[in-house]
Amino acid sequence: MGAINSQIDVRSDTFQQNREGMLAKLQEIAEIQEKMVQRAEKVRWQFEERGQLMPRERLNLILDKGAPFIELMALAGYQMHDDKDGTTCGGSYIGGIGFVSGIRCVVLCSNSAIKGGAMSPSALEKTLRAQQIARENKLPMLCMVESAGANLEHATDIFTFGGRTFRNQAQMSAMGLPQVTIIHGSCTAGGAYLPGLSDYVVLVRGRAKMFLAGPPLLKAATGEVATDEELGGADMHVTTPGTSEYIGENDRDAIRICRELMATLPWNEQLPVTLKPEYDEPLYSVDELAGVVPMDYRQPYDCREIIARIADGSVFFEFKEFYDSQTICGHSRIGGRPIGIIGNNGPINYKGATKAAQFIQLCCQSNTPLLYLQNTTGFMVGKDSEQNGIIKHGSKMIQAVSNASVPQITILVGGGFGAGNYGMCGRAYDPRLLFAWPSSRVAVMGGEQAAMVLDIVAREKAGRLGQGVDEEKLQKLSAYTIDRMTRESEPLYGTARLWDDGLIDPRDTRKILIQALEMFYEAGIRPLKPNSYGVARF
Amino acid sequence: MNRYSKILIANRGEIAVRVIRTAKALGYRTVAVFSEADAEALHVQLADQAVCVGPAPVGESYLQIDNILEAAEKSGADAVHPGYGFLSENTMFAQRCAEKNITFIGPSAEAIELMGNKRLAKIRMLEANVPCIPGYEGSDQSDATLISEIQKIGLPVMVKAAAGGGGRGMRLVTDENDIENAIQSARSEALNAFGSDELILEKAVMQPRHVEIQVFGDEHGNHIHLGERDCSIQRRHQKVVEESPSPAVTPTIRDAMGQAAVEAAKAIHYTGAGTVEFLLDQEGHFYFLEMNTRLQVEHPVTEEVTGIDLVEWQLRVAQGEALPLTQDDIRFTGHAIEVRLYAEDPYNQFLPQTGTVLQWHIPTQPGLRVDHCVQTGQQISPFYDPMIAKVIVHGPDRETARRKLIVALEDMVLHGVQTNKDFLVDIVAHPNFAKGEATTAFIGEYYPAEELQAPSPESKMLALAALAFYYRDIRTFHSHQPADAAGWINAATDPINLLLQHGEAPYPVTIRVHRAHHFTVHADGQTHEIIMNSADQNALTFVLDNVLETARYLINDSQSLYLDYSGRSIHLVDQTLAPEKPRDDALDGIIRAPMDGRILSVNCAAGRTVDKGQILFILEAMKMEHQIKSSVDGTLSELSVSEGEQVTIRQVLADIAVTETTEAEEA
Repeated sequence: MGAINSQIDVRSDTFQQNREGMLAKLQEIAEIQEKMVQRAEKVRWQFEERGQLMPRERLNLILDKGAPFIELMALAGYQMHDDKDGTTCGGSYIGGIGFVSGIRCVVLCSNSAIKGGAMSPSALEKTLRAQQIARENKLPMLCMVESAGANLEHATDIFTFGGRTFRNQAQMSAMGLPQVTIIHGSCTAGGAYLPGLSDYVVLVRGRAKMFLAGPPLLKAATGEVATDEELGGADMHVTTPGTSEYIGENDRDAIRICRELMATLPWNEQLPVTLKPEYDEPLYSVDELAGVVPMDYRQPYDCREIIARIADGSVFFEFKEFYDSQTICGHSRIGGRPIGIIGNNGPINYKGATKAAQFIQLCCQSNTPLLYLQNTTGFMVGKDSEQNGIIKHGSKMIQAVSNASVPQITILVGGGFGAGNYGMCGRAYDPRLLFAWPSSRVAVMGGEQAAMVLDIVAREKAGRLGQGVDEEKLQKLSAYTIDRMTRESEPLYGTARLWDDGLIDPRDTRKILIQALEMFYEAGIRPLKPNSYGVARF
Repeated sequence: MNRYSKILIANRGEIAVRVIRTAKALGYRTVAVFSEADAEALHVQLADQAVCVGPAPVGESYLQIDNILEAAEKSGADAVHPGYGFLSENTMFAQRCAEKNITFIGPSAEAIELMGNKRLAKIRMLEANVPCIPGYEGSDQSDATLISEIQKIGLPVMVKAAAGGGGRGMRLVTDENDIENAIQSARSEALNAFGSDELILEKAVMQPRHVEIQVFGDEHGNHIHLGERDCSIQRRHQKVVEESPSPAVTPTIRDAMGQAAVEAAKAIHYTGAGTVEFLLDQEGHFYFLEMNTRLQVEHPVTEEVTGIDLVEWQLRVAQGEALPLTQDDIRFTGHAIEVRLYAEDPYNQFLPQTGTVLQWHIPTQPGLRVDHCVQTGQQISPFYDPMIAKVIVHGPDRETARRKLIVALEDMVLHGVQTNKDFLVDIVAHPNFAKGEATTAFIGEYYPAEELQAPSPESKMLALAALAFYYRDIRTFHSHQPADAAGWINAATDPINLLLQHGEAPYPVTIRVHRAHHFTVHADGQTHEIIMNSADQNALTFVLDNVLETARYLINDSQSLYLDYSGRSIHLVDQTLAPEKPRDDALDGIIRAPMDGRILSVNCAAGRTVDKGQILFILEAMKMEHQIKSSVDGTLSELSVSEGEQVTIRQVLADIAVTETTEAEEA
């Protein structure tokens, strides 16, 4: 198997322009995140006064230092709902895949430095997605909770499907996935079922408050007068109803207990003993990924240039190279783990669709995970395409993607337009993980194309009716359409709506893929000990 | 015909190792003796044979003459090298060896005995015209006699109570006009303190240096000296730094002192290696102190400047050979300095330290010699002298030797046990020592015990320590996961917070992780940019604030870190996730029933004091008797139940007014 011979001249103007564009966009995203951190910093004094750690400090402390952490959905709800200026996004949680006492798990930490951790609709979606990731990849789930509860402005939006998070918890417990929850502060009403349904609960003395109704609601409901501590204090819970198993003296201590608890789980010991894979680095610097693709999805690039910078030794064993040159398929290894890669060098034509469908089926046969490097303007249109059965063949590709039995991971690199987004395992196809580069665009079609379609339809309609066209109105409609569709295809727009699991720096792609493949591999060989109803707290 | 061919070394530690080395080089068989605590020691491993001579305490092993001789008999050793300390200056031992026809590698028993008696030794030395400290110890205590004796001795003079001690009844006279006054006040103070007003006089040697001459004698009447050693830097009469030649000794003084020392040796027909110790005053006058009839700890500095193996000479002389060289053959080359590495805490009254040596590294450096007995994994036990190594450097001149010694000490690593290494660096680097002006007053003057404090850790040290822990975790991660993503995060995170503890003081350190092993570390008010080039189990290579450097370290028991950086050693403990002291709820003094039941007996009364743990009630429940104890010390302020009463769970039984304890008492 040969290594890819890169054709890219890193000193070329094109490369430098690409790189500058990419870095500028990354900078823009970093600034949003930095503003979120700064916003949280404003209340640091309150946390310090209460003897608490800041949410991100809690997260850092519980994670194994030196182990990777892939933050997921960091910009959930960006400029949506109550996030006016973009500084309060994140879906009320900081979450991701990390390691605690050597155990890979999903961690969700209430961002209580933002609006007291009050939950907006994106908090629900983020929680559901995090639970899905934990379930699909057989990961324990760790929650660090401190929340003012549902944001009342949006409580109605959350209420109905909010119940699903608890159903998920119950089912995960039954699957054999341990769930550990630390309660750092308030956790009231519906929120109290989160610890209630967790397998292990650690409370912070003097801070944790866990009740169905706090003093004001209680007084309103029954007239009973009671204190916070009486209704749901940590001491009460550990001594009296036993709602919690452990109590820490403060945030730090509770985190220690949680880490020690995780260390007692024979989680890694249950994996069959396998050799840690050895592998080579790519021949080309991962750093060059910042300049490999253009920021404008209309300019083509060779997706092999990406593969050359993420595959071990840049090796790519290409499949049906001479059958179709627009849809690229082939085998590689990443972090020593085998992977089948599908990428786009142009629209998916009927040949590309059949090639990809066959390749997906072969990967399922050999149990090889699949990676989609999505950059497609869609399935090829036109007389030739239609007459060669593009609908039939495209459907086969979508069938293969939908029913693939191996873990799939998608990177949105460039365009993700039309049904091509489906064929290339877009969000609706539930790839195990899906990340977007800042260069990506997701839409049913390009803004210009949409505007032109509307223009043509309007003119035809006017023609049929024998009326003249209002050029000014048409122009306005066209401009509006282009603007709106462009804006709504922006990666920030998509990531806010959880169309992806996060925007990533292209240079991190290989690291994320290594972790992802390792996670998939472990999930594949991990035996679980399921039980019927989940573990009950008596 | 050889007198002996197999040598038992009646010692332990570095000197046993040192003697075995030369003995082996000369074709002798060697026998080690060891206590039960030393079974794994280096000298035991190096010797051809080894015999256990008893339990760990020296009195039951290394000082047991019978056991040592029995070991010689069992192993067939026909000679004994006593090393220094232990039995090396024990007349009885020398005699017993002679009786058993075992060659004692050292002087005759008579010479040992004579020099062991300070009074007799002084008389003998005066006879041999060796200068001794002049004084007056006569019975005539009249003012006139004392004054004339003082004038005879020459100022300065120390007027002391004959029965004295502890500085009382002691007067230093430096001025002629003060003589009478000093006599009167010393007398009355002596009378008050000791009940006797008898005084003695002694020449006061002001700010003396401790200079000693190495001598050698053989059975053929040859005696030569091998120059001097300056051992002025001492701590409570324990030598710390030794060098040769002495910066205060001119060729004239050397000849005079050497000649006096040779005369001393000749006077007692001394054989083998010996050392004549002198006090040398600022004017170049020297006075006999005592003679050590053995090999000295600091003999290597003489070996380094003369090129002579003193142990080899000892073995030759003990075989009856003549000294290989005459006085005229002896040449002194360059300058040698030795420091003694002790397992002790200079910042806590030099208390000896014990523990396990976790890492021991001697740098490679030309002209560096380290005589030691240290092995990684070795226990430093409380039973023996805390000296664990001697670090000796030789250079063409004093300044070169001194520089090399600092580098050697800075690069030497001993983790697991606190040592005086950093303190030694401070001494050797001190301007007063550098100028060659250090006297016996040096340590007391520049490093008074009460002012010696462990330096607080530098921010760079703290930063590196935090990263050492960080990389330890990365390595743990690598052991079961692909290396690539280690330490990588894609989140806009706050820095990683660590809480490191040095002694009792906590130091928060924050690490901000950037790309590619690049960190910003904040500690002790300072911010450092660090790029880690490599981080293996014991060494870090990094660019710290644009300077490429290395540090050595060791992490033990997962939280305990020893770090050597920039010539300094530090021990830090990671307390980031240390358990909090659990808050005891019961400390409010309210005693409650732990379950439903009946009070069987009440063992307390209101108004009475109660101790923590005292049984207050017996509660009968479920056919069992449960003791209800006080959780605090205090006074029972309220008793709420009586005998036979039925109580329910959490019902208050008694209220105790808690005796206030201060934080300090609790700690």
